[in-house]
Amino acid sequence: MHVEEKFTDATWPASPETATLEAKNKYLGFWLFLGGETVLFASLFATYLALKDKVPDSSMPLAKDLFEIPLTFAMTMILLTSSLTSVYAMYHMKNNSFQKMQTWLVITVLLGFSFLALEIYEFNHYVHLGHSFTSSAFGSAFYSLVGFHGAHVTFGLMWFLALMIRNAKRGLSLYNAPKFFVASLYWHFIDVVWVFIFTVVYLMGMVG
Amino acid sequence: MTNQQSNSANPNLNLAFRRKQNAEEMKHQVITFAMMIFFTVIAFVMVAMDSISSWFTIPVILLLAAIQVIFQLYYFMHMKHKGHETIALFIYSGLTVGLITVLVFLTIVWL
Amino acid sequence: MSTYAKKQGFGATLWDFMTTVDHKKIAILYLISGGLFFILGGLEAVFIRIQLAIPDNNFMSAGIFNEMITMHGTTMIFLAAMPILLGIMNAVMPLQIGARDVAFPFLNSLGFWLFFFGGVVLNLSWFLGGAPDAGWTSYASLAIHSEGHGVDFYVLGLQISGFGTLIAGINFLVTIINMRTPGMTYMRMPMFTWTTFVVSALILFAFPPLTVGLFLLLFDRMFGANFFDVAAGGNTIIWEHLFWIFGHPEVYILILPAFGIFSEIFSTFSRKRLFGYSSMVFATVLIGFLGFMVWAHHMFTVGLGPIANAIFAIATMAIAVPTGIKIFNWIFTMWGGSVTFTVPMLYAVSFIPSFTMGGVTGIMLGAAPADYQYHDSYFVVAHFHYVIVGGVVLGILAGVTYYWPKMFGTMLNETLGKFTFWLFLIGFHLTFFVQHFLGLMGMPRRVFTYLPGQGWETSNLISSIGAIFMSVGIIILLINIVITSVKNVRVGNDPWGDGRTLEWAIPSPPPFYNFKQLPLVRGLDAYWIEKMEGKKEMTPAEPLDDIHMPNGSIIPICITIGLFIAAFGALYNMDNKTWSVPVIIIGLLITFGSMLVRSLKDDHGFHIHKEELMDDKDKEVKA
Repeated sequence: MHVEEKFTDATWPASPETATLEAKNKYLGFWLFLGGETVLFASLFATYLALKDKVPDSSMPLAKDLFEIPLTFAMTMILLTSSLTSVYAMYHMKNNSFQKMQTWLVITVLLGFSFLALEIYEFNHYVHLGHSFTSSAFGSAFYSLVGFHGAHVTFGLMWFLALMIRNAKRGLSLYNAPKFFVASLYWHFIDVVWVFIFTVVYLMGMVG
Repeated sequence: MTNQQSNSANPNLNLAFRRKQNAEEMKHQVITFAMMIFFTVIAFVMVAMDSISSWFTIPVILLLAAIQVIFQLYYFMHMKHKGHETIALFIYSGLTVGLITVLVFLTIVWL
Repeated sequence: MSTYAKKQGFGATLWDFMTTVDHKKIAILYLISGGLFFILGGLEAVFIRIQLAIPDNNFMSAGIFNEMITMHGTTMIFLAAMPILLGIMNAVMPLQIGARDVAFPFLNSLGFWLFFFGGVVLNLSWFLGGAPDAGWTSYASLAIHSEGHGVDFYVLGLQISGFGTLIAGINFLVTIINMRTPGMTYMRMPMFTWTTFVVSALILFAFPPLTVGLFLLLFDRMFGANFFDVAAGGNTIIWEHLFWIFGHPEVYILILPAFGIFSEIFSTFSRKRLFGYSSMVFATVLIGFLGFMVWAHHMFTVGLGPIANAIFAIATMAIAVPTGIKIFNWIFTMWGGSVTFTVPMLYAVSFIPSFTMGGVTGIMLGAAPADYQYHDSYFVVAHFHYVIVGGVVLGILAGVTYYWPKMFGTMLNETLGKFTFWLFLIGFHLTFFVQHFLGLMGMPRRVFTYLPGQGWETSNLISSIGAIFMSVGIIILLINIVITSVKNVRVGNDPWGDGRTLEWAIPSPPPFYNFKQLPLVRGLDAYWIEKMEGKKEMTPAEPLDDIHMPNGSIIPICITIGLFIAAFGALYNMDNKTWSVPVIIIGLLITFGSMLVRSLKDDHGFHIHKEELMDDKDKEVKA
């Protein structure tokens, strides 16, 4: 079957993300990449845990002085919800309803941007409390871990936007369906990492 | 990859079946999401309540995080479907290497 | 024989190679650039041996010596050995599994250019204020205090080329998992494909820790972070762990492909099936697995404590078991076979004792209490050169000779090859055997000179003479390459006469689509099986049909050049240059812009039509 072929609801394959060899390769390759990303984030987590609360003098704020439940809770809810909305988008992709997929992706992207806005507010807040990237080893490790995650969120948003704009007029095909699917996998992975960040960095930081 | 291209003679019948199947799966995913939100709330509430010992809180919130990740991987990212054996092998290998790294950085970096 | 092979001008050929996504051409690019870096690293080694040939030498200053050893190690590992092996994998692995190309031809090209420009960044340091001088391990306690920009070049160069390697690893994994020809089950894959598979998995999991470690060092040196600044709460042991979590799997990333090459050579030139194929596969996987459990044996003297040292010492010893299985299987493959001593076979046979010696000293070093004696002495230098030169470099030389006809369509001269072999082998043992004893006599590694009267003079001189032997051997190899390329005697499908696997069933060099029809594989050593039944070629697994091929693209180079520019911005950021941040931004814009172009522009590739393929066949029949 040709990648640009137009499909009806009935002929649209059940798993468009793996319907062609190119799509299968992309799908598997991306999962493998996520396996590597797991190790990347694990290394950053390990570094953070080794350097947690390591500050040059005792006047500097520690984890338990910095983190607050309401902000973290809001960010967590936003990101978890965006995971669900991207699942909805993929549900409509599998049903070959392009406009509904786009709508859910718009919601996902909006949630992603609000998450980023909160993160920027948060970082700015901490810098004012004397906890910056250059102030201590703790600061460097914290901003590297959470910042790497933030950079992933940003990249994911750009990716979604590029795909949505690029395909707005063309609709779904076997050429771009796997791209949407892989982007949504990336988005879920970002959420997986955040689950560990809010647990290990924020909640465990507040517990002490 | 649940239902690879089936070859039913009547595509519309097939379509109705697939639609139903997709809707069914979507329902499971919403339930999963509700449970994830529930676990998250439990974790935050436990931390908010100062009365609980951290020796109890930390293992529990880590466990809740692990369950959430399993949900994400198996439901949202479809790892429960067939054809994901290789993928599972590599994800678990990555997790193993990652866990060893974290373990080492918690024990032998001259803390 | 193909309508696609036309005479081209130099510019057109250059453009062709810059935009190619064909795995065979990318293999040639890897081989050429890896070879150039190999010569560069070799020159650095020769300079080191000149400096150490006599006591109290002043051939170079201590500072230059530090730069020399750092660049020798870094170049040889990251820019010579690994790329040449990736080149051989690119050339051979898709052919061995009966694929028309790798899974991601575009990424394959991107991976190569990232490696190449990373290597260029690293080596530009010589001209821009001094090379890195903190050792190839670049321990943070040294690296953050290193003056000038040397270490910055190290960090950025390795970061860029590391991305390239990671991409190559994922690409090979997907290729092997998804693109095997009908009948090519996992347990029928040639040994070299198996080692490529395991190595790619190691790359996938080992490079991210290096990426993180390099980022931490980069942030510390260029953006004022404090990961390794003890006064600000930092901890330099973090670097050592991250580096060796990557670094130990890295040595298996180097040696396993060599094992694969030797496995192919042993069975080909013994005219026998590889002895204990399934145990070889098992041993390869086990080595890959254990490779992640042993990194702290590089850090026994850091003071991790007796429990940690004991665990890692035992895990280290355990690796000797699968390696031993392999050594015995190779010997049993030759046993009772009809052995012909071609040049590749000579390398293979000499590899067994050479590598085993390195393995034995490895066990000695792996015993944690004894390691306190050997640590940081020339004993260590001798050990790792025995495994890397006696294993990897012999493997590369064997592999290049063995696959040369498949890659270029002409054989290397056997007589000159034997000269290279003997000079290199003798030179190698001369250089490194005595270094065991230098180490035991107390000579520390990484010293730029030593005083007379300690009993080190003779051994050091012998060691330096050995380096000359090796150099002459490599020069003869280069002459060999030039002579045979000029003569250009074309060879057929199976120039060694005893090829067992799929790559020998197609022309040398193969047409750009590799297989007109995907071959049907009926067992291990698929081509050999057909030959034994008197057939000349493989049974096709599909009817003749259109072949889908990817288009070439210049975008990989654009993406890489963006990173190259950004690297220089980051490099001079700590000098408070006003242009540094804009340059970083411009570079990243070029990179991400090119990626965006790639993702927005449709590229469906093209089809070779059935009729054109049939033309080919008709012509061959007429001829």
